[in-house]
Amino acid sequence: MLSALDRKLVRDLTRLWAQVLAVGLVIACGVMTIVLFVGATRSLDETRSAFYERYRFASVFASANRAPERLKRDLAAIEGVAAVETRIVKDLILDIDGMIEPAAGIAVSLPDAGEARVNRLYLRQGRLPEPDRSDEVAVVETFASAHGFRPGDRFRAQINGKSRELTITGVVLSPEFIYAIGPGDMVPDQRRYGILFMPRKTLAAAFDMTGSFNSAVLTTLRNADVEVITEAVDDLLRHYGGTGAYGREDQTSHAFLDAELTQLEAMAGVIPPIFLFVSAFLVNMILSRLIALEREQIGLLKASGYTSVGVAWHYAKMVLAIVLVGLVIGSVAGAWLGGSLARLYAQFFSFPFLVFAGSADLYVIAAVVSVIAALAGAASAIRTVVALPPAVAMRPPAPANYRSLGLDLGILHSVFSQLTTMALRHLWRNPVRTGLTALGTSFSVALLVTALFSFDSIDHMIDQIFFQTSREDAVIAFAGDRHPDALRAVRRMPGILAAEPYRQVPVTMSNRHIEERLVLEGLPSMTDLTRVLDRDQLPLALPSNGIVLSDRVAERLDLRVGDLASIEVMQQDDRIVHVPVAGTIQSLVGLTAYMDLEALNRLVRDGDRISGARVKLDADRLGQTYAAVKETPGISSIALTNLSRANFRATIEENIVISITIYTVLAVIITFGVIYNSARIQLSERGRELASLRVFGFTRGEVSSILMIELGVVVLFAQPLGWALGYGFAWSVAQGFESDLYRIPLVVEQSTYTTASLVVTAAAVVSALAVRRRIDRLDLIEVLKTRE
Amino acid sequence: MLYLAIMSPSHHGTEPVFDVTGVTKVYTSGEVEVRALAGIDLQLFAGEIAVLLGPSGSGKSTLLNIIGGLDRATSGSVLFNGRDLTDFSDRQLTRFRRDHIGFVFQFYNLIPSLTAWENVSLVTEVARDPMTPDEALAMVNLTDRMSHFPAQLSGGEQQRVAIARAIAKRPEVLLCDEPTGALDSKTGVIVLEALTRINTEFGTTTAIITHNAGIQQIAHRVFQFLDGRIASMHVNEARIAATEVEW
Repeated sequence: MLSALDRKLVRDLTRLWAQVLAVGLVIACGVMTIVLFVGATRSLDETRSAFYERYRFASVFASANRAPERLKRDLAAIEGVAAVETRIVKDLILDIDGMIEPAAGIAVSLPDAGEARVNRLYLRQGRLPEPDRSDEVAVVETFASAHGFRPGDRFRAQINGKSRELTITGVVLSPEFIYAIGPGDMVPDQRRYGILFMPRKTLAAAFDMTGSFNSAVLTTLRNADVEVITEAVDDLLRHYGGTGAYGREDQTSHAFLDAELTQLEAMAGVIPPIFLFVSAFLVNMILSRLIALEREQIGLLKASGYTSVGVAWHYAKMVLAIVLVGLVIGSVAGAWLGGSLARLYAQFFSFPFLVFAGSADLYVIAAVVSVIAALAGAASAIRTVVALPPAVAMRPPAPANYRSLGLDLGILHSVFSQLTTMALRHLWRNPVRTGLTALGTSFSVALLVTALFSFDSIDHMIDQIFFQTSREDAVIAFAGDRHPDALRAVRRMPGILAAEPYRQVPVTMSNRHIEERLVLEGLPSMTDLTRVLDRDQLPLALPSNGIVLSDRVAERLDLRVGDLASIEVMQQDDRIVHVPVAGTIQSLVGLTAYMDLEALNRLVRDGDRISGARVKLDADRLGQTYAAVKETPGISSIALTNLSRANFRATIEENIVISITIYTVLAVIITFGVIYNSARIQLSERGRELASLRVFGFTRGEVSSILMIELGVVVLFAQPLGWALGYGFAWSVAQGFESDLYRIPLVVEQSTYTTASLVVTAAAVVSALAVRRRIDRLDLIEVLKTRE
Repeated sequence: MLYLAIMSPSHHGTEPVFDVTGVTKVYTSGEVEVRALAGIDLQLFAGEIAVLLGPSGSGKSTLLNIIGGLDRATSGSVLFNGRDLTDFSDRQLTRFRRDHIGFVFQFYNLIPSLTAWENVSLVTEVARDPMTPDEALAMVNLTDRMSHFPAQLSGGEQQRVAIARAIAKRPEVLLCDEPTGALDSKTGVIVLEALTRINTEFGTTTAIITHNAGIQQIAHRVFQFLDGRIASMHVNEARIAATEVEW
């Protein structure tokens, strides 16, 4: 049996359903985003950890040119190392039926006997290749599904210059390649990038590596010092062309997952608090008004013996009911969107299982946070309930006290009609509420700016990377560094319009005690396809002496132009060379450092060498070029920049629609919540005043105009505020996104501000019109009889 | 009809400003039907002050709302200068109120966010041939309180602002619903003075609803309401000045 007060509660909620729903939806957005962002973070993190642990993902990775197998024992003997697996890992070119362009691949060797001790495979389908069958291969699931491959299917691969037909025996997943991104790609392209697992014997024979390895992966004991281990590994591999061991944070797949987690955390820090703030404000607005209207009822309740706490609890329950509405809607939406997000992740990340971890405690956290926010918003209103003495409560409140706007009479009267003056004075009378309403609305604008800016930034990124910097159509990598004659051979291939050489040398760069492993790239002093651009976006001629660093590298190493950087070439001797920093550039991708090719060759001291060539292709002869590439033994891989660009754009555009839809819905919900409630409260406070105007002969349009002017002013003020806030949020998101892999430039186009403002203004107009209908139905007679 | 015409004060025109015939008003609230007016016949002539007396619920306010264009009759006709208000659209009623009627209410209905002067100019801005707000406020002796907000004025002052606002557009009819109902006798008299002065100076037809029988002494004619009908009407032969009204 409901108590009388509870029945009042139910009826109040029913009567105020539209307002309750408007606030409930804002709370729902808060709950949903908490569930979504925190849930997604957890899902990724936990799934990754579980996968890593079960499949013994390495903690230390090292590669060399050719190291003798006996080093395996020395590696295992390093203190803190739990297990070691040595492997042969080679780049391949894949030739797949139906694909004109060559695909890139990596072949990873499987131990000849037994299961790998490190980086085990999860077998999804079929079986692993037999050690003695040189034509058998297991492929990663993403690649298999992109081509519809099943065990038993075949494709061709160029293995050290020889075309071999391979038979797929199994489809696998590897903790090492959860995120598998091909050379030159910005987003994974499952069709053009395959990871192949083959028997060690096969690869050893093909690459003449019997008794040797070129890749080592190590698991470590708990609490082992990874840095100490990497140094020990480097010492062991130094004379075998070791390129420097590294920990998980530098492992590509792991680093991309880290970057995704960082992004989710950045979003979780920005988006849910917006909704919590707005819902607190709305609860405050609605409850304050309700309590003002029910002043006499509160007095009556207290006079009949209800305690202050009892009455306060009655209103608190109302707040809790609103939160409950939001919680239910938000949880359902969060779980649903979480599932969609998990499916989206499944496209990019290969996990054997990825469940959206919507565990119960997540909803509890969301509930607790929402309740706290709503009650914080309700606190001041509820305090007035407690403080109201019954005798005072039963008298009407003192009449509204207005003050002049400061710049009064003369100016005001000459510019504004009395109706406008009414609207402006009403706004000015309650500056805190007006300000908060504008702030609440501005969050919608800010949210849209925050969501839309990423597309401006990515456009800018695409332009920077693909049209300003990397303007080649393809990057051809040689199997090992070659004499510059190889460039001439490339130029002679069919369909090659231009070719520019490059050399990539893994180095350890340091300044005092700070060390960074990176690839130092040598380029001819002036290039046309791949350009090094200065801050003004003008091509920079690489100096004949000194290095040019990207901002992030310079920042990491605390280096400024003119400083000397210490460079140790990892594949060579123990020499440390000091090279002056000749300049710094902005770079959006990776940790980059450039040097004049000849200067780099002098520094490495192994004669004239190049690692590959960047080329411009004749679009009409692609087939011939691709065929030639597939048949050239010295080419270990080809990255097709033009396809990467198209793939990147397609992926982004696919996500744009989803993203814009979601954020537009969120922004519309905030706008509706703020404007609709604000208008309803205005109307409730001023119904008598507005009805009086109707009595005096003002038309509906004129009377509505007062409310519309007020809302218009609020919405107008919200725009610049929203732009500024949005820029701030965008900045903090861009900061949160920054990693060694890439940096999102903070670019907010005019059109983003315009779109955000248009969406919010349209939503505000619709919300206001929903209330306008109520002005049309004002009861003119009732209002004259009652005292305010 | 003849009787009323003969009994009307001589300075009144022969054509009534309002000619109300057989007006009834039935409110349906939920399942209950309330008969607020049970057949009213009444005429108001130019320049007269009519006082409508009667207990609560006798139908005075309902009639005033109907002739003021705020409400519609269930049946009967309400002619204003020969045109039937019952045929008017909402838009025409709004126009009618705007151009011809001044309202004064018990609780003043001032706009709290506008000063006294601005409350008056609210109406003068949209009227066809208004006096200035200053003139209107001078009529009610409020020249020195013009720039005060309602919250800064006494009840009597607020009601005088309301009267100034009602007369500023030079309405043909002034409808006052309990204009002194919330006031003490002293301020009430000042308000009545203002009403009679306007009636004298502009010849504005004025209808005043009141509970206060003393006020009938300032009227030309007095209508007594009971249960939705006019129970009686008498012509006030010996009108007195507002200052002499016994409260």
